[in-house]
Amino acid sequence: MLTILFDGVAYGMLLFILACGLTVTLGLMNFINLAHGAFAMAGGYVTVVMMNRYGISFYWCLPAAFIASALIGLVLERTLYQWLYQVSHLDQVLFSIGIVFMAVAATDYFMGGQQQLINLPPELSGRMDVFGVGVGRYRLFTIVVCAALALALQLILSKTRFGSRLRAAVDDRRVAMGLGINVPLVFALTFAFGSGLAGLGGAMGAEILGLDPNFPLKFMIYFLIVVSVGGTSTVSGPFLAAMLLGIADVAGKYYVPAIGPFVIYALMIVMLIVRPNGLFSRGSR
Amino acid sequence: MVATSSSTAAASRAAKLMKRRSRVRFYEIIVWIAAIAAFFVLPSKMLILTEIAILALFAVSLDLVLGFAGIVSLGHTAFFGLGAYIAGLVALHYVAEPVVGLLVAGIGAGLLGFVTSFLILRGSDLTRLMTTLGIGLMMAEMANQMAWLTGGADGLSGFSLGPILGLFEFDLFGKTGYVYCLVVLFVGTMLMRRLAFSPFGLSLKAIKANPMRAGMIAIPARKRIVTVYTIAAVFAGMAGALLAQTTSFVSPDVLAFHRSADVLLVLTIGGTGYLYGGIFGAVLFTLVKDWLSIVTPQYWMFYIGLILVVLVLVGRDRLARWVEYLPERLSKSKEEGR
Repeated sequence: MLTILFDGVAYGMLLFILACGLTVTLGLMNFINLAHGAFAMAGGYVTVVMMNRYGISFYWCLPAAFIASALIGLVLERTLYQWLYQVSHLDQVLFSIGIVFMAVAATDYFMGGQQQLINLPPELSGRMDVFGVGVGRYRLFTIVVCAALALALQLILSKTRFGSRLRAAVDDRRVAMGLGINVPLVFALTFAFGSGLAGLGGAMGAEILGLDPNFPLKFMIYFLIVVSVGGTSTVSGPFLAAMLLGIADVAGKYYVPAIGPFVIYALMIVMLIVRPNGLFSRGSR
Repeated sequence: MVATSSSTAAASRAAKLMKRRSRVRFYEIIVWIAAIAAFFVLPSKMLILTEIAILALFAVSLDLVLGFAGIVSLGHTAFFGLGAYIAGLVALHYVAEPVVGLLVAGIGAGLLGFVTSFLILRGSDLTRLMTTLGIGLMMAEMANQMAWLTGGADGLSGFSLGPILGLFEFDLFGKTGYVYCLVVLFVGTMLMRRLAFSPFGLSLKAIKANPMRAGMIAIPARKRIVTVYTIAAVFAGMAGALLAQTTSFVSPDVLAFHRSADVLLVLTIGGTGYLYGGIFGAVLFTLVKDWLSIVTPQYWMFYIGLILVVLVLVGRDRLARWVEYLPERLSKSKEEGR
């Protein structure tokens, strides 16, 4: 029971790290980016290649995954995404689906369609007992790292100058520009940062979520649930939503395997009916 | 007195406008003639023609939702898949006659459409996207889990269809199948066309353009959306039924996400908001996909993605206006319709 809760929390933490970049893209730039999972996949594959082909330590792979995904995100934002902030949602959906399809096919071409495996360092594999509860070491590691990241994010957003600029740009793009804030730059950096986090999540999640070319399609719905249930105006909203989703998904798959996947979809639809603007929204726009 | 005469004048002007909008256009006739001609000219291509007809019906039904009511749906394949499974099950357990299966599938999909339409009434584009996507995924998962009914991942097979209306036997080359699909496509398109170019369709466009103002001029937006979503679901279900009946097989792929994306792409290629976009798009899409899957059997998805990205970057509107580049006489009739 507690083990399931623990696994659920770890799962939820991962989902949060994966999805929080999307929160920014969706909430801040009002861009429906279904291709967010592709950045996560990029991070995952960077890790796989570095570890399995070049034998680089797992701990070095994580920042590398972050940087690689962030760079990809930055380049794509500057070349493609930035032109599409103003177009209709349908166009954004089509565009990002196109990106997903390309990413899936390209990954399949370069890496093959099979599931990728990574070998965790020995100190992170296996289980240990904490007060009689079986705890996976890697999951504990995940929780610690993700919690630290979530905390850091919250602090960056609420305490730093960049965070306040970002929040200003969220609230009113035009006024923020009028105040001399370089909104496109803020957007680009935030997009890159969000993509980097997704890449980090993909790298860490390779062990728990699995990694194959269909990753962006498989987890698209999870990211969208986190964002739409959590709302897009805070960090804590998506965080709680991710926790809820992670625990519900793990528990659902464990207790009622036959209807496991329905649990989260049903949860999402109910949530969207009750609170169309997210669980913790600041009221309707 | 003055008021009455001006209102009757307005009424007659409105009636004229409606008539002009709904007039049969030149290109429509060409489409149907070409479709019939294809039967005689390309006897060896019946299977791909059937595929086009099915995809066209599916796309036209989505256009009703997307192009007229302005609802971006990522889960339209839920109705398509449900229709396919219903048609398969009807043929397997009850009646082998296809038209019965077609109608039952339409009704079944319509019911699902009616029930789920209430979920898309609230919220923003994003919420609707999520809900439709969620419903689509739920249906796919359900089909996968209920293996005792649907055959699970292996798909539903082992059923055979009797002659259509007891008269026309399905043949080996798919000729009957094509004619059958074409007739259903024609009837379906005509019905949807009647609907789309009626005051009802016009009110949908008003809702799409500005729901609040539409409400102010007393258009019951919620009711209209429920109605049109249900009707679109019926035809999507029928398209699914056609696929199941002409191939005598239902694979779980009918509910896969990429189908929803494909049909959006079809509409993007053909243009939205005038129904025939679905047909033009289906022709182009199927040909391109067929060609790509010969050239790069494994990686055609990449090029489909590339087409999507390029389409959006170039601008969907510019592309959808290709009709305007036709010779003067052809395009004139189109512009009047706008």
